[in-house]
Amino acid sequence: MSDITHHIPEPMLAAYAAGTLPPVFETVVATHVSMCATCRAGMQAHEMAGGAVLEEGGAVDLSDALKADVLALLDAPAPEDLPAPKRKGIYPGPVMAALKSREPRWKSLGMGVRQSILMDGPDGSLRLLYIPPGRAVPDHGHNGIEMTLVLQGSFSDETGAFGVGDLEVADEELDHTPVAGEGLPCICLAATDAPLRFHSVLPRLLQPLFRI
Amino acid sequence: MTDGQDMTDQTAWMLAVRDARDKAAFARLFDYYAPRLKGFVMRGGMDAALAEEIVQDVMLTVWHKAAQFDPERAQVSGWIYQITRNRQIDTIRRTGRTMPEELKHEDDHEPDAGQVLAMEQEAGKLKQALSRLKPEQRAMIEKAYLGDLTHQEIRDQTGLPLGTIKSRIRLGLDRLRHELKELREP
Ligand SMILES: [Zn+2]
Repeated sequence: MSDITHHIPEPMLAAYAAGTLPPVFETVVATHVSMCATCRAGMQAHEMAGGAVLEEGGAVDLSDALKADVLALLDAPAPEDLPAPKRKGIYPGPVMAALKSREPRWKSLGMGVRQSILMDGPDGSLRLLYIPPGRAVPDHGHNGIEMTLVLQGSFSDETGAFGVGDLEVADEELDHTPVAGEGLPCICLAATDAPLRFHSVLPRLLQPLFRI
Repeated sequence: MTDGQDMTDQTAWMLAVRDARDKAAFARLFDYYAPRLKGFVMRGGMDAALAEEIVQDVMLTVWHKAAQFDPERAQVSGWIYQITRNRQIDTIRRTGRTMPEELKHEDDHEPDAGQVLAMEQEAGKLKQALSRLKPEQRAMIEKAYLGDLTHQEIRDQTGLPLGTIKSRIRLGLDRLRHELKELREP
């Protein structure tokens, strides 16, 4: 964990603390923060800034009954919260939540590459990717932002090397070819806010089929 | 650590709520935060009636979840801010917000008064730094933390002094980071 070198960009961490990231990106940020003390401290800094805005922005008078209403409710039983899913193996709590505490349901993408889709909708998609050692993720670009967080193994691409806990945030300008490192298969949590565009003909034909 | 000396009133009240389930202390917290919370929620565009509903829920959560308040890692306003945003997001989104895993202290963990005070001092410095910003920068910060800016908008706001926020609390952050590392790597 202390080896994490690729962190959450500052505007994204601020948006996360303010709760304005789309759910697919929010899940990736929450997962990285679960693995990274540096970004957890950063998140808490942004919450502190939010607290300052809350405290200093100005007060509005309450209606007369509100305080008595709230005080009268203190002894009422607390609403039951479902316990947050716990880390299991390589999957931190937020991934287990997205998996609804089940095992990933892997589907083959060919060449030993597999995916398990966790969320898919108009606001983007979230998936687990499984890439055998030394294998490349098919060459692709993206229309929007793509976040890739390593949960096991490693990968490298034109921009650098990424190990467990490292997060790559790529925008539409980056056309990259991630290649899994040697050793354990690379398992990543990947989120995009727009469909991936694959350059090689075959994967593009497969796109509707695999919803990639 | 529970003598409350040198702590802000808000922290002392919050600890009395957490450790002694002190209703009088909760009433003081309510008097301080509830009107500010109502202002905060209304600046985010909600009407007064709905705002009071949120104030009520947030303050009750403060009471019920007081055990989760950790003055070494958060200061009261930041903790309440996060509860408030969770509650607001619940009203606008179908799915609840995804939060990181909680870090658990050892049960016999004695809070470090130095760390608590350091956290409060950094929060004070941060407030001063925000108050010294140019009005348009301040307005933009306010919008960002109210949840009125998308990630894209925050990214495009090159004048947004995120760095100022970070540098003002760098010392606190370094301490916090160190402590969190120890929690994760026993
Ligand atoms: Zn990080």
